[in-house]
Amino acid sequence: MNVPLKWLNRFGLLLALLAIYLLFIFIAPSSFSTMRNLETIARQTVIVGIAAIGMTFVIISGGIDLSVGSIVAFSSVFVAYFLSKTHFSPLPSAVCAVAVGSAIGLISGFLITRLKVVPFIVTLGMMLLCRGAAKGIAGEQKINAPYTWLNEVLASLPPERSWMILSPGVWIFIFLTLIFAFILRYTVFGRATVAIGSNEQTARLCGIAVERTKVIIYTLSALFASIAGVMQFSRLTVGDPTVAVGLELDVIAAVVIGGASLSGGQGTIFGSLIGALIMTIIRSGCTQMGLENWIQEIVTGAIIITAVALDRLRHRKS
Amino acid sequence: MADNEIKTPPALRMNNITKAFGPTVALNDVSLKVKPAEVHALVGENGAGKSTLMKILSSVLTPDTGSMELFGNPYSPKNPIAARNLGIAMIYQELSLAPDLTVEENLTLGIEPNFTGILKTKKIRQLALEALKVFNHPEIQPQLKVSKLSVAACQLVEIARALVAGCKILVLDEPTSSLAAGDVEKLFDLIKKLKNQGIAVIYISHFLEEVRKIADTVTVLRDGQIAASNLPGVTSEDKIINYMVGRKIEQLYPRSNRNKGKLVLEIENFSGTKKPIAASLKLHSGQVLGIAGLVGAGRSELLRCIFGLEKIRKGKIKIGLYLGPASPLRRWYQGAGLLSENRKEEGLALSMTIAENVTMSKLRSFGRFGLVWPSRQNQNTGRWIDKLAIKCASPLQRVDELSGGNQQKVAFARLLEHNVDILLLDEPTRGIDVAAKVAIYKIIDELACDKNSHKAILVVSSYLPELMGICDDVSVMCKGRLGQTHNINEINEHNLMQEAIGTA
Repeated sequence: MNVPLKWLNRFGLLLALLAIYLLFIFIAPSSFSTMRNLETIARQTVIVGIAAIGMTFVIISGGIDLSVGSIVAFSSVFVAYFLSKTHFSPLPSAVCAVAVGSAIGLISGFLITRLKVVPFIVTLGMMLLCRGAAKGIAGEQKINAPYTWLNEVLASLPPERSWMILSPGVWIFIFLTLIFAFILRYTVFGRATVAIGSNEQTARLCGIAVERTKVIIYTLSALFASIAGVMQFSRLTVGDPTVAVGLELDVIAAVVIGGASLSGGQGTIFGSLIGALIMTIIRSGCTQMGLENWIQEIVTGAIIITAVALDRLRHRKS
Repeated sequence: MADNEIKTPPALRMNNITKAFGPTVALNDVSLKVKPAEVHALVGENGAGKSTLMKILSSVLTPDTGSMELFGNPYSPKNPIAARNLGIAMIYQELSLAPDLTVEENLTLGIEPNFTGILKTKKIRQLALEALKVFNHPEIQPQLKVSKLSVAACQLVEIARALVAGCKILVLDEPTSSLAAGDVEKLFDLIKKLKNQGIAVIYISHFLEEVRKIADTVTVLRDGQIAASNLPGVTSEDKIINYMVGRKIEQLYPRSNRNKGKLVLEIENFSGTKKPIAASLKLHSGQVLGIAGLVGAGRSELLRCIFGLEKIRKGKIKIGLYLGPASPLRRWYQGAGLLSENRKEEGLALSMTIAENVTMSKLRSFGRFGLVWPSRQNQNTGRWIDKLAIKCASPLQRVDELSGGNQQKVAFARLLEHNVDILLLDEPTRGIDVAAKVAIYKIIDELACDKNSHKAILVVSSYLPELMGICDDVSVMCKGRLGQTHNINEINEHNLMQEAIGTA
């Protein structure tokens, strides 16, 4: 393979991201190109982006997790519940909500590995189950919570804290991305995830604990969805059980645009990050151009198909 | 089909067929003539080229050179469907019926009588009843779901399907391997009936006593060439076996000084879910023990049970100092490693790199606290790439970009990298070229040699000369049962083949 092609292979996705951004700078109003808008895009990427970290592991292992959107709502309801009903302080509320949400993934993992039901079905069931549970706990309405610092995690920075450059939620996102990109690449767990997705039989032959790894993967996915739920709560300032319907599809789209294969064995955390950014930029650009929602949806759909088709073409060539 | 001309053209003539896959010549100048209303047996060892020849007949593969004629007319179908339409029907070992459809739906699958897409159900029922009438099996009802039928009945349905499609040449590939004795008799009756209808039957089998019973003519293939053609069906089994194995052992098999050391693997009365049945064997360090037998005899299952990939029903197993069954993870830890016969589906993760594949069984040793440093993986892998002469760009190349022989070396390198004491090798040279085979024989010899590593090696192979060449001792497995261990100097290929076929 010649050098430019290799280079394109590695950085093609980043170039696509830049190209889309530059395109909107030209066609969208001047407000799009401001630094302030970049910061907004970063904040808007956080929820999908954090959930996409967990989903990347799931998809690389050859599975799928449809329960992500429901877990986001579930955990956001729990944060509000702990804050308002049990009067926990903010940090314990968030931690407890994340713990409860992660437990859902643990259960999914056990069902998938012990009962040998396919992930699609288990997580589809969990999607409905969690959504229902969230609505039940919230009594079919939004839970209002007292205003705390949790609500500032994803807000734009007030002038006196401009030294932080980005809001804390974005920093948390960046931090998690780096940590888990490292884990995927440089740990036994990460390598086992790729091996299972690439060929589960080979992984078993080589003595990899396939079942245990899968349980961890689904727990991790729910853990990230729950953190995304805390962010969701932070943005809304209420616990809303009807929020994030269909969010899992955005998350899956981000991971797939990022180069992961639904048949497993391929994908990177940074790819998924770029995928999530591409989706936000399109949405933000379209909104600022005053395009209606239906146009955004058509554009996003076209981008997903184009990205994956290009990826296929690239693989056929090499 | 009553043709009383003196010169009846043969039903099928294959002229000078040659087919190579890369450097491997699968068929070399093979000619075959099958008369109408003849049962023509095609025998040969695994890998002799029988299935390649049949794939060419059914147009799954195209020959490199050579031509074919069907009833005197040139025959060169473009694809398997064209071949089927010209009257060629293949019945494989693995049946290809749709289990959720009924018998009649299966019988007319793809050729459903219809009017502008709407099925003519009465016509279908009538066709099915007609086809089934020949079989004299009242239990096969047209409206029954195929998943409710026995294996034998499924096979009959498949043959009936060939008849409905108007087949003139019927190829049966190991039809009896999954049948009970009574069903075999019924199948033979059916074959005789088909023969009387003028259909030519090509019958592929390892079981020579069956061949003697049913075949009019026998052709023996060996190493992709015709060893003997048009023998009468009554030829003695001994003579056929001689044709099957009768080649000189070439000097491919290095053999250095070996000494049996301590006992490292012992199984006793060892049974899996179906196979093996009450197997016992002893393996010592510095010993290469071969397991011969036919495909389906249960040899792979034996290795997989030992390695913990399949459940053990009963029996004793001791590996080194460790007693009892264990998971693959524990087996690696105990110093045993398995080379899978199925390189693409199980042996290797094809979309991963050479380094990842070679080091997959010992990821934990490449860093502390669950970390894995790729540089160390690459460094270790680089050693094996040099030692085994794996042709590749770097340890980071994807395995699916390598040739079959190099892939097999990668799979082998995993055992070497793990430095296991007991190597369980399942068909270690399947589907690779001669150069790679020689390389693997050399490694096996070095591993067993007492001066070097003094490892214990258990190798399953369907290729007898290979076992004769590399092993110190050989056991034969037949229908799930493992025979006694023979010293290689006290046995010959002929006896082994007899034992494998079950006539010893």
